[in-house]
Amino acid sequence: MQQPVTPTANEAPGTPATAVGKATVELKKVSKSYGDEWERQEVIRDITMVLKAGELTAVVGPSGCGKTTLVNLVAGFEKPDTGEILLNGKRITGPGHDRMVVFQETALLPWLTAYKNVIFGPNLRGDMPRAEVKKEANRLLEKVGLGEFKDKYPLHLSGGMQRRAELAQAMINRPLLLIMDEPFRGLDAMTRELMQEFFSRLFEENRRTNLFVTSEIEEAIFVADRLVVLSNRPTTIREIIDINLPRPRTFEMLSSPEAYGYKRQALEILHEEALKSFNRSGDQADFVEAYSKRMG
Amino acid sequence: MAEHPTVHAAVAPGPGRAVPLRRTRLQKLLENTTLWRGIVAIVGFILFWEVCSQWKGWFGYQIPWIGKVAPPSDVMAVWMDILPQPGYWESWYLSTFRVFLGFAIAQVIGIPFGLALAVNKYFRDVFFPPFEVLRPIPPLAWVPAAIIFWPTTELSITFVTFLGAFFTIVINVLGGARSIDGRYLRAAQSMGASQWDLFRRIILPGTLPSIFTGAAVGMGITWEVVLAAEMISGGGQQAGGGLGFFIWSSFMGGSIEQVIVGMISIGIAGYLSSSAIRYLGSVCMPWRRLF
Repeated sequence: MQQPVTPTANEAPGTPATAVGKATVELKKVSKSYGDEWERQEVIRDITMVLKAGELTAVVGPSGCGKTTLVNLVAGFEKPDTGEILLNGKRITGPGHDRMVVFQETALLPWLTAYKNVIFGPNLRGDMPRAEVKKEANRLLEKVGLGEFKDKYPLHLSGGMQRRAELAQAMINRPLLLIMDEPFRGLDAMTRELMQEFFSRLFEENRRTNLFVTSEIEEAIFVADRLVVLSNRPTTIREIIDINLPRPRTFEMLSSPEAYGYKRQALEILHEEALKSFNRSGDQADFVEAYSKRMG
Repeated sequence: MAEHPTVHAAVAPGPGRAVPLRRTRLQKLLENTTLWRGIVAIVGFILFWEVCSQWKGWFGYQIPWIGKVAPPSDVMAVWMDILPQPGYWESWYLSTFRVFLGFAIAQVIGIPFGLALAVNKYFRDVFFPPFEVLRPIPPLAWVPAAIIFWPTTELSITFVTFLGAFFTIVINVLGGARSIDGRYLRAAQSMGASQWDLFRRIILPGTLPSIFTGAAVGMGITWEVVLAAEMISGGGQQAGGGLGFFIWSSFMGGSIEQVIVGMISIGIAGYLSSSAIRYLGSVCMPWRRLF
């Protein structure tokens, strides 16, 4: 079997890979709706699940289901209507640097260089000595392969480089949980594969608890320990599949019978969900929903 | 990593390959096709104008409209006569001073006002409606009222110039600040940014491009407005002069050449002002430069 590229080659020696705090995140009967009264749209209904410490939980679902809402809830950008989300037993009430989000496309600040983007968080809070911030930022930028590009602005970096800079930006905050919202969307197929492989190595190195939201099943199977398949809106959990593929992951594993089985299982559910939303076309459904609400 | 560029390899001279000569700045300037196209276009335009204006003298037939305009050679001759006169330069000075004063006041008031509208809902609810009622009123419609409001003509002209830039600046700042990507704010929030951090580190730099767009457009409008205001106010004892008055008095004196000199002077002044803003923009926003 061909050995994959190891992006950790320029890892500073003597850095303890296990010095990373890990979170267990529990979602308990979490629901979320938008709009008020008449136009109320239920996005998430009664989601209960656990993101286990040191595991990568991938979430897939039909497009338009509440994946991003789920990210916003766990990140603390929004509050659930009912239910609660606990991080290591403590209720999440707002955003915090114990949970870092890597957004769809890029959220690097365009007016800061890659390096300054990375040091943005620690310098903002001032919770780390400047010299240490500098050392750590340089180490992380080296690690993601951006050592010589650290003084470039995001506009002058390729899509893959931007994503790697963002990983460094997230990791310097030493989050207990890393949340990735379709992080490799918008990359070309080749770069995307490289990023998936790179990211897997990164995850396997220190196993930081990770919530990985994607719309690509193969990507999800490749990176995940557990795969959560969501339904259409209002979003509920349809299935949780344990991915028992060995680590370190390689792309060859995706053609194994196990991977094929997982893929089929997930695809069947997604297909069912897609059909449901197709048959129940928008306007009609809205009318029925509004009408039944009025009657009820 | 697949994305590592191979620039170094491309620059290194290989065997049998000539080392590329380092070109001087002048050489680069001379090879700049954009510059050459610009020069050819302007020279071509002047030639066309000269020929059309001289058509009657050369061929006995006057080309409609453009045939009545003084030829550039005459305009140049008149310009050369005027150039050493201090009155001409005083007109330049007066107009430029008014433009920059009105423009500067508009920036100083307009940027904070626009930002306040963008970040504070109460402020927006109270001040946006009256602002939107005043905005469509053309600056020149303010001239009579300004003359009554303000004790001196000079102040009236400055006020009208200020109005010309103010509304454009505010609308641009407001629009720019409101359209900042929510992900930047969220990312900063989760890294522990306070409200003040968000304003200073995200909203302010995020609005900078719109501030410069507003400045460039506003600068154009102030030149338009100052000229018109000068023409209307005339060359009274209190105030007056300026390129607008220069054009108007030349027109009254029947010198079409001098009118054209005034017009071209404004063109040059406007071009220099907007170039200055563009330059300032690229200095303040290095992240937007394309290589």
